[in-house]
Amino acid sequence: MFREEAAKLTGAMVRLIGNFDIAEEVVQDSLLAALENWPVHGIPDNPGAWLMTAARRRAIDVLRRDQRYAEKVALLERSIVPSDPAEADDRLRLIFTCCHPALAQEAQVALTLRAVAGFTTQEIAAAFLVSETTMAQRIVRAKRKIVEANIPYRVPEGPDLIPRVDAVLAVLYLMFNEGYLSRGPQVASRRDLAEDAMWLTSLVARLLPDQAEVLGLIVLMRLHLARSRARFDADGEIVLLPDQDRTLWDSAAIAQAVEVLDRATSLASPGPYQQQAAIAAVHSEARTWQETDWAQIVALYDTLLRITDTPVIRLNRAVAVSHVAGPRVALGEVNDLAISLGGYHLFHATRAELLDELGETALAREARQRALELCQNPAERSLLERKLRR
Amino acid sequence: MKYVLLFVGTMEDQKRFENLPPEQLAAGMKAAEQWFEEYSRSGKIVGGEQLKGPETATTVRFSEGRAIVTDGPFIESKEIIGGFAVVQVKDLDEALEMAKAWPAGPVEVWPAVER
Repeated sequence: MFREEAAKLTGAMVRLIGNFDIAEEVVQDSLLAALENWPVHGIPDNPGAWLMTAARRRAIDVLRRDQRYAEKVALLERSIVPSDPAEADDRLRLIFTCCHPALAQEAQVALTLRAVAGFTTQEIAAAFLVSETTMAQRIVRAKRKIVEANIPYRVPEGPDLIPRVDAVLAVLYLMFNEGYLSRGPQVASRRDLAEDAMWLTSLVARLLPDQAEVLGLIVLMRLHLARSRARFDADGEIVLLPDQDRTLWDSAAIAQAVEVLDRATSLASPGPYQQQAAIAAVHSEARTWQETDWAQIVALYDTLLRITDTPVIRLNRAVAVSHVAGPRVALGEVNDLAISLGGYHLFHATRAELLDELGETALAREARQRALELCQNPAERSLLERKLRR
Repeated sequence: MKYVLLFVGTMEDQKRFENLPPEQLAAGMKAAEQWFEEYSRSGKIVGGEQLKGPETATTVRFSEGRAIVTDGPFIESKEIIGGFAVVQVKDLDEALEMAKAWPAGPVEVWPAVER
């Protein structure tokens, strides 16, 4: 059976990649993965589809290392959407079960990654910076609760569906952010959480094509991914928005995303994802950092705060305010958040930037040092360390 | 599958409820009774009781092989159990639906061991 599947797979991969050597390499890798995985977890219901998914993901990993294959990567990413509607239905049922409100949110995320996206416990533990034992326990406990409390395995229907979508979107957004933040060469070999999250969100969108917030989340994810090539330099160091080479942004993807956002807006059902997508769209459409329409961004943040008022959104708004009203006003707003955000590295990093602008070098240094102590993401740590060395 | 729905609340909730004007108290009681009646008719409730206040509860436990009887509930907390219902439904979602319809405060939903 393996040989037959391998031939079929290699054929498909050659068609997608256009390079036989790489196609064969990724097919071999996925067969090896199956040899490791199946004896432990059992042979999947559809072994061919399992292998195909594994091979595509492997191909994306391999090709991403090589800029010349950017187009092929895009092609593969699109083709990850399963052609088999039964498989998509299965995934949807699983997502809704994994994101059942009777499970703690951290368990929902872990379980979704494990059961829906097929990550290993080790990978999930690494993404969430907890030990493998802790993550394994979290997943086992959640699975046990599904069985013991008899949480149904289905997509809720009728009036029960909409209230359940929020939890699913929240988990997918968390998953996306985790993947997006940890993107970079040091984790290039890891499967990409961000793309999986976007794919799963598109499945939810297929189920609920007229839910504005689902579309809003997809747009938000697309706008981030469209700009992701500019986020790291050749040495793998993070590049912040002001310093990004905007010619690396995928302008076609940005234009498409903005079109979807317009469609979402026309449904006249505003929400936090659409609002954040609108903010990301303003950034994405500015040709240079200097041309950014900060007044509009501040206005969009004000609307967002009326929908959902959180300290992190206030912090982001303060950054926009600094470009409209200056760093002193912004610093005042940031300082007001000290009680709720004192343990958040970006609170201190933002203070450091504003203090630098005000010429308060010593205080800026102190704040940046504090940010570094609190920050665990390697790419962000490296950025803070670079700034401290300056 | 069988679940036990525990109707929980704080001591303050209980006092506030007891001190309601008589007509509001009666309306609250009626809403709870209706809930019981409705779900009993559809066969989902297989048992349940309203409990008297925690000041009426007594705890028996064992220490060094001897039964020790003390005043009050076992769990020394501000939360109390005002009553419970044993329900027989398809799955957790159905039990949660009943809990959401309960008119008088928070509900804990516990799956029961099936023998």
